[in-house]
Amino acid sequence: MKNVRPKADVAIVGLGWCGSLIAEELTRAGLNVVAIERGPWFETATDFPPSVDTDELRWDTRRGMLLPPAVETSTFRNNSNQKALPTRDWNLNEMGYNVGGSGTHWAGMAWRFTPFDLEPYTQTVKRYGEKQITDGLILQDWGVTYDELEPFYDRFEKIAGVSGKAGRLNGETIPDGNPFEGNRSSEYPLPPLEGMRLTDIFRDATKAMGYHPFMVPAGQASRAYVNPLGVRMGPCTYCGYCLYYGCGNFSKSSPNACVIPALMQRENFTVLTESAVVRVNKAADGKTATGVTYIDRNNQEWEQPADIVVLSAFQMQNVRLLLLSKIGQPYNPITKTGVVGRAYSFQTVSGANLFFEDENLNQFIGAGALSQQIDDFNGDNFDHSELGFIGGAGILVVARGARPIGNADLLPPGTPRWGKDWKKAYTHAFQNATFIFGQGTSYSHEDYYLDLDPEYTDDYGLPLLRVTFDYNENDRRSAKFIEEKSVAIGKAMGAKTVVGTNSASGHYSPYNLASDHTIGGAVMGTDPKTSVLNRYQQSWDMHNLFVLGASSFPNNAGYNPTGTIGALSLWTAKAIIEQYLKNPGPLVKV
Amino acid sequence: MKRREFLSSLAVLGVASTLPATGKAAEVSGGQPWEPGKIQTPPTPPRKGGLQFLTQHEFDTVGAIAERFIPADELSISGKEAGCATFIDRQLAGDYGRAATLYRRGRFIKGTHEQGPQSALTPAERYRQGLKALDAATRKRFGKAFVALSTEQQEQVLHAMEANDIDLGPDVDTKALFELLLQNVREGFLADPIYGGNKGMASWKMIGFPGARYDFRDLLSKKGQKLNIIPTSLIDNAL
Repeated sequence: MKNVRPKADVAIVGLGWCGSLIAEELTRAGLNVVAIERGPWFETATDFPPSVDTDELRWDTRRGMLLPPAVETSTFRNNSNQKALPTRDWNLNEMGYNVGGSGTHWAGMAWRFTPFDLEPYTQTVKRYGEKQITDGLILQDWGVTYDELEPFYDRFEKIAGVSGKAGRLNGETIPDGNPFEGNRSSEYPLPPLEGMRLTDIFRDATKAMGYHPFMVPAGQASRAYVNPLGVRMGPCTYCGYCLYYGCGNFSKSSPNACVIPALMQRENFTVLTESAVVRVNKAADGKTATGVTYIDRNNQEWEQPADIVVLSAFQMQNVRLLLLSKIGQPYNPITKTGVVGRAYSFQTVSGANLFFEDENLNQFIGAGALSQQIDDFNGDNFDHSELGFIGGAGILVVARGARPIGNADLLPPGTPRWGKDWKKAYTHAFQNATFIFGQGTSYSHEDYYLDLDPEYTDDYGLPLLRVTFDYNENDRRSAKFIEEKSVAIGKAMGAKTVVGTNSASGHYSPYNLASDHTIGGAVMGTDPKTSVLNRYQQSWDMHNLFVLGASSFPNNAGYNPTGTIGALSLWTAKAIIEQYLKNPGPLVKV
Repeated sequence: MKRREFLSSLAVLGVASTLPATGKAAEVSGGQPWEPGKIQTPPTPPRKGGLQFLTQHEFDTVGAIAERFIPADELSISGKEAGCATFIDRQLAGDYGRAATLYRRGRFIKGTHEQGPQSALTPAERYRQGLKALDAATRKRFGKAFVALSTEQQEQVLHAMEANDIDLGPDVDTKALFELLLQNVREGFLADPIYGGNKGMASWKMIGFPGARYDFRDLLSKKGQKLNIIPTSLIDNAL
C-alpha cells in the first residue's frame, strides 16, 4: 500500500538555513509548508546546552553533530581516468544531520560576496579580455547582480544578528570597515566582536604594510539582540566552541537560534524529522514536480505531494537528488554538454603557519568568526593583468578557540611528534602557534564534475554521488600568489618561524580539510545550456522546482558561503510570493 | 533521539536501514517540542576497573606505547599514568571502535593517497591485528614482546614505525597503525577526563587550557597576558 500524506502547498527538502528561511517567508505569506529533514529534531536547550558543548572529543574529533559517512558519503577520484572510491572516513564534506542543518555547527563567518563574484565573466572580459581566462575554466555570470541581492543580504544579516562594521555604506567609505565590499544600504545590526591579541597583531602589521584590515562579519551576537522575527539572541561569551558545535548561549547565528523558534509557531508549518527524501516525483509529462518521496525512520516509504518543491539540502545532496530524480540533463565531460553536475568546485586555500617566540595568544578565548581580514588580494580588488589568473583570497587570522587534540601537530617544522621534546614544543606552541588562512576563490573547470557512482550505494541501494575533482591552473596560480602574500604578512606580524601552506600545491583530497565550502553542480545562470536554474534558483526544466544553496554557485568567492546562501534563499522566496504564485510558470523566458 | 544510540543500534543489528523507533515525534508542528528527560547529558564516565575490549596484554602494550609517546617529566605525568590505555579500551569498545559512523560497504579496493583509507577493518580490529603483528616483529628482532623491551628498544621500534621502516606483515600498514596509535594516545591525554584519560586534567594544566569553560568575557581586557586559569572538566558539570 502506498503511504501518501495530505498535499502541501510547498514541500521543502532539508531544514537548514535555506529551508528555514524560505519556510518562514512562505508560511508568513499563508502557504501550507511541510519540511522534510533527514536528521532528528534539534534545539538549543535540549541538545547542545553549555553543559555538553565543551567537549572536543565528542563534537570536533568525532564529529558528533555531522552526517556520518555511514549514512551518506560520496566517492572520489582526481580525474576521470581513475576508479572513484568511497570517502569512508570523516572528511571536508561536512553535512548537517539535524534540524538546523550545517547552520547549527558552522563557524559563523557571515559574508556578502562582492559584485565581481556574481558577474565574474562580464567583469573579467571587460577589464582584461578573454585571454585572462585559463584553458577549460568555466566562467559565467550568475544572472543576479550584487545590487539586486543587496536588500536580501541586509535582511539575512538582520535575521542572523550579524556583528560587524560597514566599510561601504550608502556610497561612503567608513574607516576600519572593508573598503572593498559592495555598497551597503545599512550598517550591520550589531557592532563587531571584541578583538583578541592575535587579531590585533594582524591588524597592526597589515595596516603598516598599507593594507586595509577589518573585523570579519560574525554570526556571533556581540550584544543581546532581538531579530526581525522577534527571536532573542544572547551575547557571545567568547567560549570558542563554534565550529562543529552548537551554541548553548543562543549567541551564534543559526536556524535553531534565529528562525525555527518563530517558524514553529506557525500553524501552517510542519517538519517531518528522521525522514530521508530519495527523489522528486514528476508529473506524467515531466514538466512539473508533483511532490517528493521519502523514507521515514521505520523504513516506510512515503509520498508528500506538493504544488511547489524546494530542494534545500546540502550542496552535494541537492545535486544527487536531481540526478536520482532524472531532472535536467547530466553533464557529459567528453562532449561538454549537459548541466547537472557541471561547474562543481571547492575553495582554493593557501596561507602560512606562524610560530611566535614569546606570546600568550590565549586562543581558547574566541569565536568561530572572530577574525581580522584583508581583502586587498580578494576577488578583483587588485590588478591581475600580468598575473595569469583571476580571483584571489580573503587573508585572515581567526581566534576561534583552541583545540588541544586538534592542534597537536601545529608545530614548527622538524619538531618531534611524541616524547619529551613534543611535550615541551606543544606546550610552547599552544600559546605561540597560529596560522594565516587565505580563503580563496575557486572557478570550476570543464574536466571536473559530479555524477552518480556506478558501483557504490547507500543503505537504500541508491548510488552515491561521485566527485571528480582536482585543482585547475587558475587555482594553482592564485594559491601560490596568496601563499607568498601570507608569508610576508606572517613575517611582518613578528612570528619567529613562518611556513607557507598551499592546499593546491598537490592534488586535491577530501581529507585535506582546507575548507569545507564545496559549491556548484546545479548552478544558476542566464542560459539553460550552461545552468540548471534561472536567476531565481528555479529549475529551467520544471517551473515548480526551486533548488537553494551553494549548489547554485557557478564559482566560489574568497568568502564563506552562508551569507550568500541566505540572501539567495530570501531572493527566491520573494520571487515565489510576488511573481510565481500569481502566475505559476517559468519566471524567466528562454 | 541520541544519534549515538541510533548508530550503536545500527551497528549491533547490522541492518543499517532499520531505524529504531525513538521517543521523539517524527512529525513536529505547533511549537517546539521539549520533553523532560530527553536532554543531552555529558557522556557517562567509564566504569572504573576491568577491560571492555583490550586483553590485559594488549592493554599493557598500549600503556607502554602511551608512556613512550608521553613520558613522565616535569611537565606532566605519563600518558600511561594519565589513563590513555583505559581511554583507548573504552573507545574501542564503543562506536568509535566499531567504526559505526564510517562508510563500510564494499568493495574494498586500495586507492590513491588522496582517496584515503579503504580498509575493511574497524579501529578495534586494527588494534587486535596490529598489536599482534607488532609483538611478532619485536619477537623476531629482539626475542621479546613489545611490552618486555627496554625503554630505548621501545622508542627505537616506534621511531621505525613512524618512518614506515619496520615490516609488520602483509596485512598491516605500519605507518597507518602508528598514526592510529599516536592519534588515540593524544586523544586520551588531551580529551576531557570524563572519557577515562587526562587524569587530573594533567595535559590541560601542562599546556594551559582552561577546559570546559563557557564564558571568558571577564578576561577580554587581558589580551596577551598569562592568565593561569584553573581548568575544569565535564566531570564537574555532570555532578
